[in-house]
Amino acid sequence: MLDFVQQLVSGVALGCVYGLIALGFVLVYKATEVVNFAQGDLMMLGGFFAFTFIGMMGLNYWVGFAGAVAAMALFGMVAERVVVRPILGYPQFSIIMATIGLGYFLRSIAGMIWGTDDLKIETPFSQGVLRVGSLVLAHDKLSVIAATVILCTLLWLFFNKTTLGTAMRASSENMLAAYYMGIPVKRVVSIVWAISAAVATCAGVLLAPITFIHSNVGLALGLKAFPAAVLGGFGSIPGAVVGGVLIGVIESMAGFYLAEGWKDVAPYIVLLAVLLLKPEGLFGLHVRKKV
Amino acid sequence: MRFLFKTDYEDDIRLFPHSGYFVSYGLLLAVLLIAPYVLSSYVMSQLVFVCIYATVGVALLILTGFTGQASLGHAAFLAIGAYTAAYLQKYNVPFPIYFLAAGVLTGLIGAMVGFPALRLTGIYLVIATISFALIVEEILARWESVTNGNEGMRVKAVSLLGVTVSRDSPTFYFLCLAVLVLTIVGTLNLLRSPTGRAFVAIRDSETAARSMGVNVALYKVKSYAISAAITGFAGVLFAHKLSFISPEMFTLQLSIEFIIVILIGGTFSLHGAVLGAIFIVMIDPFLTYLKDDMPGIIAGVAATFGAGTQSAANVQSKVAAFASLNGLKGAIYGIIIVLFVLFEPLGLYGRWLKIKLFFQLFPLYKRATFKRQKIYVKSERNR
Repeated sequence: MLDFVQQLVSGVALGCVYGLIALGFVLVYKATEVVNFAQGDLMMLGGFFAFTFIGMMGLNYWVGFAGAVAAMALFGMVAERVVVRPILGYPQFSIIMATIGLGYFLRSIAGMIWGTDDLKIETPFSQGVLRVGSLVLAHDKLSVIAATVILCTLLWLFFNKTTLGTAMRASSENMLAAYYMGIPVKRVVSIVWAISAAVATCAGVLLAPITFIHSNVGLALGLKAFPAAVLGGFGSIPGAVVGGVLIGVIESMAGFYLAEGWKDVAPYIVLLAVLLLKPEGLFGLHVRKKV
Repeated sequence: MRFLFKTDYEDDIRLFPHSGYFVSYGLLLAVLLIAPYVLSSYVMSQLVFVCIYATVGVALLILTGFTGQASLGHAAFLAIGAYTAAYLQKYNVPFPIYFLAAGVLTGLIGAMVGFPALRLTGIYLVIATISFALIVEEILARWESVTNGNEGMRVKAVSLLGVTVSRDSPTFYFLCLAVLVLTIVGTLNLLRSPTGRAFVAIRDSETAARSMGVNVALYKVKSYAISAAITGFAGVLFAHKLSFISPEMFTLQLSIEFIIVILIGGTFSLHGAVLGAIFIVMIDPFLTYLKDDMPGIIAGVAATFGAGTQSAANVQSKVAAFASLNGLKGAIYGIIIVLFVLFEPLGLYGRWLKIKLFFQLFPLYKRATFKRQKIYVKSERNR
């Protein structure tokens, strides 16, 4: 039983990471109907920025964290301006390819600049553990869970309660109509990319003590975040996190109870099953085509 | 400028619309046939890869370019073809039989992928095909009794009619070329048949196709099966060319390379597959060239412009260090994809058509002819 709970907790922590990356997908998708395949790589880059500020320049952890988030938000805006904006309105496949290309580029550039070794950031959460009875919970994992809950709540409130959030949802439904209603669509898209890059950075920095920072970490985790986003229903913020947690728990349970090899495949089998049985996901909207 | 005077409905679907085609394609075929006796063995080896990549490119064009179904899982089909060949070869099955068996098996699996794909569009389809490819990759690594796991499998040379065809011989090149040409001709015929027109109708509008009486589900599954089968054939040749296969060759990276092939070549015409294949196979020799010759050339240029021996050597070592950076290939791939999507969405073949039209219409060419329409109104969610 203890094993089960321990696996459950580490699965939830892992799942929260997937959820954080999936949040980035969902934000961009909600606002622009673009799926950003470079989301995992933005996360990786955020981790490297934080490493530069904290590990190399010796800044305080929180200052470095904030600096990395700000720098990546700016980077997200630049990436949107250069790669995505010229092709908004074209078929989705071109945008997917463009973001795949962007991901390739970021991965290689990061490898060139920061090398290919595993890097580590000293964080306030690296050492401690919390004991509940005979259950041992590492602080770094708890920090991921806490940050996910906070970020998810903030973003949900932002999207549903603020004017800017409403503007984002409107421009996703129909860019032209949103523009006629006085919404500055271009600026909205720019802001949403900044937010999603910032969320990715949070994931990258919180993940640093667990998986280390490496130029390929983004690809591996990004691919796992897709099942999370689909399971939750692309376009739903709580869905992304719930989906992420489910995928994380499934993965860690499969790793513990099933034969070797199932761990890596289980998320994708779940994904295919979800797509077959309930393509709109757990929290997705069911829509019909109007002719 | 040539004006085609059409007097018959048949004129619309001729393989060779006018006699000029016979001349140009005949010349091309002649060049390709004498190539192995003129070119070096390294170039020939690259040409074989061009043939294989182009075959996969044609397969992907049928699915993505003409039926409008995205796929990031074609490396898995290639792997299934390659492994079928390697496995059957162990039991001394002759080449023609396992070649066909690989195609048929891959086609069946393609149809099985096609059924679930019926319910999916857009991004969901892309993610589902990625998942399929990852699952196949994992199966190849774990099903050790058949695939030999991560240790990989050796593939012996082709044995055709009692003659052993080494993977570097001209005969093997002719084999690959024949498969490519047959694939292209077969695909052209397919595309001008009712099946091909149904594919294109589905791509342009599923609802419209259905209301015109096209059985959308049937044709989508057909498209998947045909595309997968052709990729399976290419997989057999791929396995023979490499003479060794292991699961880590058939990763997402390879699937993305295949997409790059048609993206760079142009997704609206079969020419695109061949042009894109040439482009993608050229990248590796280009990188080698960058590493070996470029530093010396740049240093030479610097020296002619009056730089001293010391600084010329300095420049040379700097350029050499840059050219041998680890991630350079990935960065180049990334830049190429982004640049093509942004600035040349019709690909190399589209560029060729633009150049041709420019000279045909000489002073009257206008850029807007090839402009794509942007749609800001529709949401993919209410499709």
